[in-house]
This record gives sequence, C-alpha cells and structure tokens, in this order.
Amino acid sequence: MSARLLSKAFAALAAGAALALGLATARADELVMVRSLQAFPETMLTLQEAIRRHGYVISRVQRVDVGLTRMGYKTDLYRVVFYGKPEEIRRLRRDYPDLIPYLPLKLSVFAENGQTLVVGVRPLALWAFFDHPELFDVFARWDRDLQSILDEVREAC
Amino acid sequence: MLAIGAAGPARAAPDGALLYARNCAACHGADGRGGVGVPLALPDFLATAPDEYLRRTIRLGRPGRVMPAFPHLSDAEVDAIVRHIRSFAPDVRPRPLPEGPVRGDPKRGAELYARHCAACHGPDGEGGKGTGVTFSRPRDLPIVAPALNNPGFLAAASDAQIKATLMWGRKGTPMPSFLKQGLSERDIDDIVAFVRSFERRPRKRRADLKDEPPVLVRESASDYAATVENVKQAVVGQNFRLIRVQPLEQGFFPEGEASRAETIVYFCNFNFLYKALAVDPRVGLFLPCRVTVVERAGKVLVMTINPTRLAALFNNEELDELCERMRELYEAILEDSTL
Repeated sequence: MSARLLSKAFAALAAGAALALGLATARADELVMVRSLQAFPETMLTLQEAIRRHGYVISRVQRVDVGLTRMGYKTDLYRVVFYGKPEEIRRLRRDYPDLIPYLPLKLSVFAENGQTLVVGVRPLALWAFFDHPELFDVFARWDRDLQSILDEVREAC
Repeated sequence: MLAIGAAGPARAAPDGALLYARNCAACHGADGRGGVGVPLALPDFLATAPDEYLRRTIRLGRPGRVMPAFPHLSDAEVDAIVRHIRSFAPDVRPRPLPEGPVRGDPKRGAELYARHCAACHGPDGEGGKGTGVTFSRPRDLPIVAPALNNPGFLAAASDAQIKATLMWGRKGTPMPSFLKQGLSERDIDDIVAFVRSFERRPRKRRADLKDEPPVLVRESASDYAATVENVKQAVVGQNFRLIRVQPLEQGFFPEGEASRAETIVYFCNFNFLYKALAVDPRVGLFLPCRVTVVERAGKVLVMTINPTRLAALFNNEELDELCERMRELYEAILEDSTL
C-alpha cells in the first residue's frame, strides 16, 4: 500500500472516532500504553536501552515524582522521558515551526504495585493533528519504532 | 480460486493471551486484577458478565471514562480476548440470565437509587471520581464505582445483568448484595428501571475537541530575548513555578552546537499537577507545562500545545475539564507575554 493510501487510511481512522452510540470515544490506537512486569528502575533501564537501540537520543528525563515530593505531595515514581533523533529534530523544528510544541517526543513512565506502566501518544495520531502529508513517512517510522520499543519493554522479564 | 482457498491451511485462531497482553493488560493488569482499569478476574464479576457484555465493552469502550473503543479488532480477536478473560477464573461460568427488559417503576427507583446507590455511583450515575490505583485511590480500594449513565455501559449491560449485580453484589469490591441489605426484588427492579432511564437523558457531546487547533500561538511585540523574559514573568504571574529555561535542541547536540532560535520555558503548578494525576495517571504526556519562544523571519512567536486538542485522545471527561482550564492559563500566559 502506498504511503498516500496509508496516510488517507489513518486520517480516516483518526477522524472516525464517533461511535454508533453517537458519542466520541478515543480509539485504543491513538495512545499506546504497556505494562512491564519489571519494577520501575529496571523498566526505566530497559526503556532507555530500547530507545537508544532504535537510534534515538534521550535528551532528558523529567523526574515528576521528585518535584511533587519536594513540594510535599505523596506520589509514586513518575518520570517523563524525552527522546528524538537530533538531525530530525533540527530539520523539523526549522522547517515546520508548528510542530515545535510537540518536539521532542516523550513517554511517561510510572510505577504501579511493583510493576511499571509506560504510555505515549502514537506518532501517527500526532501526525493527524497537522496538515503535513509529506511528513507521513517520518511519523510512520516513529510510530513503528515506538511500537517496537514498547514491545521490548512489555516482553522484558 | 475458491477451491484453492478451501484447500489452503486453516487460519490460526487469534492468540487471546497475546491480544490481552497488547490491548488490555496495561490497564487491567497482566493477571486481570486491575490497576488503572477495573479488575476483570473477580469471580463475582465473571459470573454476572455474559460474553456479549464483554464483547460490547471491548467494541464500544466507555466514552469519557478512559476505557477506549477497540473497533479495529476483528470479531475473532475480540472473542479470543473474552476467552482469555474467562481463563482468569476457569471454574466460573456466567450465570444464565433472562433476556428482555426488567419491568419496574423508574420514579420509585430514583428514590431508592438516591438512598442506596448515589453515594458511590453519583447522583446522576456519573460514577466515582478519578481512575488509576496509583494516584487517585488507595491501593486497598480495588475499583472506582462505574458510571452507570455511560452510554457504553448501558449499551453493553442487559437489565438482567444489572439486576443480578444488585441482587448478589460483587465480592472483592465495595458493591454489596442489596438483597442482603434488605431490599426486595421489586425494589431492585425499580432501581434497574431507573438506571435504564439514563439512556433517555441528553448527554454532553465531546466530539468537537477534535476540531480544536493543535497549537496555541501569538506573535510578540518584543524582541526574542525580551519575550523570553516576558514569558518567565507571565508564568510566575499565573501562579506557576518556573522549572527551567533551555534551547529546544538541548540534549541533542553538544553544548554550543544547539540552536538558540527556540527557547523552551518549563514551569509547573504542583497543586494542579497533583489533582490532574488523580484524574488520569497518563497526564505525564502534558508535562512539564511549557511555552516555546521561536524566532522566524524577523518575527517572534510564542507557542504551546493546545491541551484541549491533546485531551481528545485520552477519553476522560474529567481530564477534558482540567485541560480546558489549562488552555485558559496558557492563553493568559501567551497574552501577558506578547502584549
């Protein structure tokens, strides 16, 4: 299937959120969330290794839980991992300034009862926000990479 | 062609365990004991939940209550997931339930509902607040009371199923048996009739979130450096704590090589964040709050994500409200920093 056809198909899927009930429900394929049976530190390690193995750079890890705890709030472990490919980030922020608020890509990671959840927005769902059909291949590749990265996290024991 | 097709190998049945792991385990737990989502492995739940209820729930989700719709799965895949959910309690068979509507008096049911159900399920059946065992409820509370007015629930659950749950309760959750609580079968029929009446009430539509622009942007009247300073002041002026200021490319290129044509101002209101985490543990995808100052072709732009557009992906009406508030705050920051 050509990129254009795929692009149209995904746009139709992204737009087709209205159910037979007549109400909009987010589709399960717009956000992606996986559960790792590993504890939080091991999952963070697995995730970061998988991101790097797919050719991305982690630009920062935001320690949300640390900020909350410092301010006196009780919370479980919670981090946000920012990542991207440097040259792609450079090209996109230069040529497509409307994408800037959504760059770099990110994943949220939080602990739950000895296990860990990792959640992200599907890059193809982000692509559907904008009118840049020529960027479909980039977002589709990010999307495939994200699925593969999260598969590694889910399957790690 | 048909003959060749018929002679070919039979298509392998979908792997329910794998499909469950990929689509359900993140919220409902690998073993079905719940987490962000409700526990599915409870014997009392599986005894009163027919396969059709599970199928419809997977297909339709719960609009506005985090559980998404899975329209892309095939019927065979949905069936495989249902079989896998049944395997959590292999000795439990769903009780046969009568078909057809339960006859009751919804007016009388409304009074009984207000007395016996509203404390947990909400006066209008809107369900308990929040989701996510991690942040919004104690770990020993296995479930947030479901929204009985939810169109996904009402389309999936039969009258008989709602009645059975009321009569027998659900061990392992705060839902008691109302027969044991002293209600008669007639009382319970009246409550079922009242719950069913939620279907006829008008419901707020949230479809137009998808028409929101993805980005909020203003052109600044000041130069680039002054605008960055203006944003910092505006952020503090809206009761946020400044976290850090950095070039967009920081972390991707060695220091000195990162472009300075965009500056990100990160900030946080921890009280707001704490409340948001209780509403939806996935809100990290909005974090940290951020405004980016961009210089292009002699213009200085101040831009940020539009939280209400992003919220459309989360299927959480409580989060929609917070994102609307966040959008107002972002608009105020953009306004203050570009005037």
